[in-house]
Amino acid sequence: MMSVMSSNTTYIRPLTIEDAVDVLSTSAAAVIAAGCTDLFPLTSAPRMTGQVLDVTGIKDMRGITDNGDMRRFGGATTWTDIIRADLPPAYDMLKLAAREIGSIQIQNAGTIAGNLCNASPAADSIPCLLALDASVELTSASGLRQLPLSDFIVGPRKTLRQADEIMTAVLVPKSSETGVSSFRKLGTRKYLIISIVMAAARIEVKDNRITHAALSLGSCSPVAVRLDKVEADLIGMDIHNATIPASHYVEETDIEATINPIDDVRGTASYRITAAKTLLCEAIDNCLNQVRSGG
Amino acid sequence: MSDQEQFTLTVNGTKANVSRPAGMRLSEVLREELHLTGTKIGCNAGDCGACTVLVDGEPVCSCLMTLAKADGCHIETVESLANGSKLSLLQQAFSRHGAAQCGICTPGMLMAAAPLIRANKAPSRAEVEDALGGVLCRCTGYAKIIDAVMDAAMEKPAMPMPVRHGAVGARVERLDGIPKLNGDEVFGADYWPENALYLRVLRSPYHSAQFTIGDVAAWVAKHDLISHVFLASDIDGENQFGVIPPMADQPALAVDAARFKGEAVAIIVGQSQDVAAMDISDFPIEWTELPAIMDVDVALADGTTLIHAHRENNILISGIVKHGDIDKGFGAADHIAEMSFSTSYVEHAYIEPEAGVAWMDGDTVVIQACTQAPIMDRDDTAKVLGLPVEKIRIIPSATGGGFGAKLDVSVQPLLGLVALKTGQPCRIVYSRNESMMSTTKRHPGVMQARIAADKKGHITAMEFQGDFNTGAYASWGPTVASRVPIHASGPYKTPNYLAKARAIHTNGPPSGAFRGFGVPQSTIIQEALYDELAEKCGIDRLAFRRLNALKNNDITICNQTLPAVGIDDCLAALEPFWQKHQQQIADFNAKNSRKKRGIGVSSCWYGCGNTALPNPSTIRLGITADGQVVLHQGAADIGQGSNTVIPQICADALGLPLAHISIIGGDTAITPDCGKTSASRQTFITGKAAMLAGQALRRQILRLSNLGDDAIIEMAEGSIHVSHGDKQHEIALSEMAANPYGYVLMAEETYNPPTEELDAFGQGKPYALYGFGAHAAVVEVDMHLGTVKVLHISAAHDLGKVVNPLLAEGQIDGGIAQGLGMALMEEYIPGRTENLHDYLIPSIGDMPEIEYHLIEVPDPEGPMGVKGLGEHVLIPTAPAILNAITNATGGARLYQTPAVPHRVLAAIQANNNVNEAAE
Repeated sequence: MMSVMSSNTTYIRPLTIEDAVDVLSTSAAAVIAAGCTDLFPLTSAPRMTGQVLDVTGIKDMRGITDNGDMRRFGGATTWTDIIRADLPPAYDMLKLAAREIGSIQIQNAGTIAGNLCNASPAADSIPCLLALDASVELTSASGLRQLPLSDFIVGPRKTLRQADEIMTAVLVPKSSETGVSSFRKLGTRKYLIISIVMAAARIEVKDNRITHAALSLGSCSPVAVRLDKVEADLIGMDIHNATIPASHYVEETDIEATINPIDDVRGTASYRITAAKTLLCEAIDNCLNQVRSGG
Repeated sequence: MSDQEQFTLTVNGTKANVSRPAGMRLSEVLREELHLTGTKIGCNAGDCGACTVLVDGEPVCSCLMTLAKADGCHIETVESLANGSKLSLLQQAFSRHGAAQCGICTPGMLMAAAPLIRANKAPSRAEVEDALGGVLCRCTGYAKIIDAVMDAAMEKPAMPMPVRHGAVGARVERLDGIPKLNGDEVFGADYWPENALYLRVLRSPYHSAQFTIGDVAAWVAKHDLISHVFLASDIDGENQFGVIPPMADQPALAVDAARFKGEAVAIIVGQSQDVAAMDISDFPIEWTELPAIMDVDVALADGTTLIHAHRENNILISGIVKHGDIDKGFGAADHIAEMSFSTSYVEHAYIEPEAGVAWMDGDTVVIQACTQAPIMDRDDTAKVLGLPVEKIRIIPSATGGGFGAKLDVSVQPLLGLVALKTGQPCRIVYSRNESMMSTTKRHPGVMQARIAADKKGHITAMEFQGDFNTGAYASWGPTVASRVPIHASGPYKTPNYLAKARAIHTNGPPSGAFRGFGVPQSTIIQEALYDELAEKCGIDRLAFRRLNALKNNDITICNQTLPAVGIDDCLAALEPFWQKHQQQIADFNAKNSRKKRGIGVSSCWYGCGNTALPNPSTIRLGITADGQVVLHQGAADIGQGSNTVIPQICADALGLPLAHISIIGGDTAITPDCGKTSASRQTFITGKAAMLAGQALRRQILRLSNLGDDAIIEMAEGSIHVSHGDKQHEIALSEMAANPYGYVLMAEETYNPPTEELDAFGQGKPYALYGFGAHAAVVEVDMHLGTVKVLHISAAHDLGKVVNPLLAEGQIDGGIAQGLGMALMEEYIPGRTENLHDYLIPSIGDMPEIEYHLIEVPDPEGPMGVKGLGEHVLIPTAPAILNAITNATGGARLYQTPAVPHRVLAAIQANNNVNEAAE
């Protein structure tokens, strides 16, 4: 473990999770650094100050592994790692989201756990991971716990991570890796954009009928949400039915009932509701088109 | 314990051991420790990508990577691309295509492109956009960058250097381009003496506040890193600067009250750059926040606090142009259209934050910093420091974009004060945040206008009123107030006209110069009204503009007669595009309901040079005893190309091949004043001085050789060979005595454009010449989301004479990008969007396909017919796009910029409601 410190600055880059959580158990004020794509923009200083715990030296925290009934994304797995990984179509939405995170430069540095722990309402990966029923693995010196992602994020930039915990992994149940998926992001420019609205959809179809739908919206509300009612409404729908496309059965009122829309310079609340419906329908239709063309 | 450890990086193939803090940004390690200053820092937040380097072959923002993470990695920077003086194929393609303008984003662009080119020799446009999407550029509009990356696979010949008398009109590659491509260029932050002190500025956190400063000496004593603190009380000269001396009102350091958020209050001087990481929250200052005035209507209201006690009603200044009789004009009209429109603050967002270095040379303060106006910097800094101007020397560094905001001083008085007071070299680099907070903006405008036409479509009258939020200090507010009424008619014959503009103080950031000085704002409302009138008259929108376009020898709204009006030529050049796309749009819209396309058009005119005020340029051209031809080119080249086009004009006037001319930049100690890089004046005014100097030196040479006017001059080592037919003459330079400047032959010529003072109603001759242009834009609007994609723009510009088509096209691309940003996304909100992820400028994926029409209607006043271009290229873009949105949506009209998706969708919904009500 490398550890360098001065009176007000400590920078520690451990090589194992055990060493990392030990550090946190004694200095809970430490900031956990990985891709630094959210940390460095907070300062214009030429270097990080304060107590920094850099987890990118920990091999066990990077990479995607198959754990039987779960797929495990090490917390320091980068977006580029995910884009390049061989994953089932259920992850297409996550790959699409990853490709729209900042830029290639940001995707090469930014990590999955960093995106979740930063908990921005506009975090690109969160709608997709919600639609994959992801859980997060939090490790501290006293042990390890898992929380559903939907419970983990409690508000804008607020999570249930304790100061002595590291998000060592994101876990996706194999049972949720089914179906096809799609992701839509709306912004005011093409690249390097913080979204106004995002929609993620994962849909399973058997015998031309929708058997499962996982739908999520981001950037619309303080915390990204799943849309239980719309999901339920889709079950049983015949994908060759004449009422397709999706705009025929997704109501703005269903969205309005679920989200408490953000009203800010990027978009008014009413705009977000309208745009959310449009993007959600696009994501659903894109999934259904994949099924139709893929047979 | 030390906070440093030894790290080992492999940088450009060489192992480097670095002993610096583990949490230092890699960008800082490269620049500060390894002196690889080719890697640029634009934002320190991953928003701009200028600092892109390759780490183990993959592009990353080096500002977001800690030294510890880079330990053991292979790093490639821009310095690795060229092989000695031989540029890589990618760099050559950048030069050939004019892909580097100011050059500040170029290293980032090159490093983002390098892995793409390695993997894919023939990338598509989409692949290039994806690879370069993480790097922002503010100059080029990305078009030439994309062309260059797509054309980088094979060795191709460079653009040929022009032959004698062939420079003007040639596609000459930028003469100062190589350092911009290989990382050698020295921008404001790229040079500093060892052990230079490092400056930080304490700024107001409030839009309006009073403050008292406590025991600074005790605070300094407590912090080892701090060597000094300087306050307003340390300023010996006059603590107020301003680009228009009679209006100067901005303190270099606030005395006891701050009038805007970001105003400088104290300079904190550190022993080293480490001061930049220091927590200074314990600085002894007490703030009392005051109510802030942020809007012009509040500022103008009765009883509102005066931001400057001597400026009644918070009005800085008013401008007016009155021509003919508007009552008569409106009375005679068959159709009248009227509208209100408001625009937002727009940030220049050059990728280079302000930076510089200063040192003492004897008793002279030397300041090397990025700038658009070295002599104005010298004069303003001298005034603040209480020194005669001869005791200030300004050496312009390369400037990473300016667009108007680097006309005002920023770092200069602060650097000068510290160098003078401490005697030590010192440097400063603004953070992105403080650059955005503290420097000038485009004026937000609140405008009303009405325009009338007779039934045949001839304009009979126009009335315009605009209030422009000039922020806390005067800056260029007076110029906006005077330029807007002079230009608000557009280049159209308007027999009866009344236009008024006011610059109003608020507690916003100072609004200053930004490409067009208010004219891009007023053109939006005028061109929108032209669309409405064309419709009322039942005339095609382009035809309506051609019907009213000024012709040669027509009288302008200032009662000026113009001899060389190219606007109808520009509009005519758009006709094929206009016809073709109208047909295609109709076909598209018939088949699509969600996406709708539309087309819009706008003209522009813009007077080149200062408004009815002297603004001379002086060019010195000398020949040394060993036969070097040296051009003192004092026009600050902020990317627009003066370092190339001024020599082109000079070379042809002198009659030497361009390659024989070498240039010296705008160092105020050695180069005469070429004025500011502003008002689209350099190619015209400095260009004319260069032409006159070239002609004068040629006359001297011909006189010495006693040969005729069309003799051929050839330079040789220590001599000039002159020939005319079979007559020959040799001038032995080595035998001639050098003058005090070191030249054996020299010419110095000054050109000041002839203007005439305007009367109380703005009648007179404000400019010696105008340039003209017109853009047509095709947009696609998503009717469900309100998003707008600009698909095509056809840009026609009357340059009088095209000096360098390659660079002119680059200006057009860049102006379009800024106009597109202003139309669709750019909105600076003080206190809210002080970074490049909340303040959005167009990215590489947002640009349309652009076609160029370079029109030449030579102006007798311009050198070889030349007119200005730099601001013209921005003015018609936003109006054309906004008009195209209305056309696409079947009548939805925006009354506010930017046209962000939620505003566009609201306009579409409002329009639908109107249409339904009508049915």
